[in-house]
Amino acid sequence: MAKYLMLKHYRMPEQYMDYTPMDQWSPDEVDAHVAYMNAFADRLKDSGEFVDSQALSPEGTFVRSGGPGKPPVTDGPFPETKDLIAGWMVIDVENYDRALELAGELSAAPGKGGEPINEWLELRPFLDHAPSVDE
Amino acid sequence: MIDRDPLAEAELRELVPAVIGILVSRGADFATAEDAVQDALIEALRSWPSDPPRDRRGWLVTVAWRKFLDIVRSEGSRMKREERVMAATLAEPETSSEPGTDGVPNADDTLDLYFLCAHPDLSPASAVALTLRAVGGLTTKQIAAAYMVPESTMAQRISRAKSTIAGSRLNRPGSLSSVLTTLYLVFNEGHSGEVDLVAEAIRLTRTLASMIDSAEVDGLLALMLLHHARRDVRFGADGRLISLADQDRTLWDQRLIVEGIEILQAALGRDELGQYQAQAAIAALHADAQTVEDTDWVQVVEWYDELLKLNESPIASLNRAVAIGEADGPVAGLAELGRLDETLPRYFAVEAHLRERAGEDEAAAKLYVEAAAKASNLAERDHLMRQAARLNSR
Repeated sequence: MAKYLMLKHYRMPEQYMDYTPMDQWSPDEVDAHVAYMNAFADRLKDSGEFVDSQALSPEGTFVRSGGPGKPPVTDGPFPETKDLIAGWMVIDVENYDRALELAGELSAAPGKGGEPINEWLELRPFLDHAPSVDE
Repeated sequence: MIDRDPLAEAELRELVPAVIGILVSRGADFATAEDAVQDALIEALRSWPSDPPRDRRGWLVTVAWRKFLDIVRSEGSRMKREERVMAATLAEPETSSEPGTDGVPNADDTLDLYFLCAHPDLSPASAVALTLRAVGGLTTKQIAAAYMVPESTMAQRISRAKSTIAGSRLNRPGSLSSVLTTLYLVFNEGHSGEVDLVAEAIRLTRTLASMIDSAEVDGLLALMLLHHARRDVRFGADGRLISLADQDRTLWDQRLIVEGIEILQAALGRDELGQYQAQAAIAALHADAQTVEDTDWVQVVEWYDELLKLNESPIASLNRAVAIGEADGPVAGLAELGRLDETLPRYFAVEAHLRERAGEDEAAAKLYVEAAAKASNLAERDHLMRQAARLNSR
């Protein structure tokens, strides 16, 4: 099995954000979208492929050390051009093809007019533990 | 099976603080006694389903005492001679008394534990974890699952909490208010997984109310019952958040409402007003209204005034602005809101609500989107986004 991270973004370079924003949908379309996401996670729980799913607030800050004895230095909010992670789902699947298949499915959640939004997701493999056999 | 029988497990959990009290009264230190009882609890959960003891408390005392001696002996090699002698002295009660015949459960011991576990030197999260384990009788695994952290993290949090209070005596350090804060945190922030933390908070508060004569403990119990009465309707079948105004009030649990109001009235009659009684009074006014329009908003505002005198909380100030919006109209509500700091959590959600009531749909929709971006949980974020969508599709 292999673990993959499916990353969802609030903001990406413009050519990747081509669906109507959620506040322009009807309330029922918002509900349908949320229901699709929940059903997707439930299906992966049933199939034994679900690991974790979390959502992040869009509000973040850059932080770095201010040096010994000084408070940390912060910057932010992120500039508008910075892409912004909205959340993720971690899956544990047989192989890369299965991960692609699932990411495609998640991306096709319904949006305005019930049409799939086909949003871009980022699929990233986890670095694995070193194997027990080293030849 | 105990794991399929929540009643039996609840009964077992009720025994935990009493058994810790018995071990401590025999001379064990709190931290080790608590570990020993946790070990005994885990063994009980494993063995009772197939082999239930006749005297459950006696069994727990005997097994916990044996675990305690095991812990002390295994540490013995690292201890100085005089401490080993003390450990040997401690071993005596096992041979001198029959299981379960000593240390009749003492309500005072249990009450002491509530105070110790909510010790003011502990962070709120540590106080919550320790209270759930030592007073609530939950396993570390259950607590970890409820707060969605790894079990080893929760074990470490509890162990550090116990070192923090290691020097404290069991003579009710701190204050009743930190005990109530801890219980309210369990109620308010608990997720429902294997163990229903909301029900657990109510059980612990009910037990506390039976042991101590305090209008505020009763006020907290009433507050929990009145909120719990709405549990089945706060979320739709699809997990969608349903606001107070939109809930189907016929589905509120009338039995809990009646009980909550009775407890609250008795508490208020004692003329020792506190913040939990004031919050319960507000919840009672909502519970009393057949529809949102029937709500006695003038009285709700008055109770928020009382609450703010007792406890200057930003959430109460925001809620007061909402209540003024209902009592005196949205313009008055917005004027009140304007006095508050707009960085407060949910400020934009409240402003959106009031602007919508004032007929400013477009401004309200924008504010709902902004509020969604600032929401602290997913259900609230989806709810606010849905509100924006509702206004934009008008």
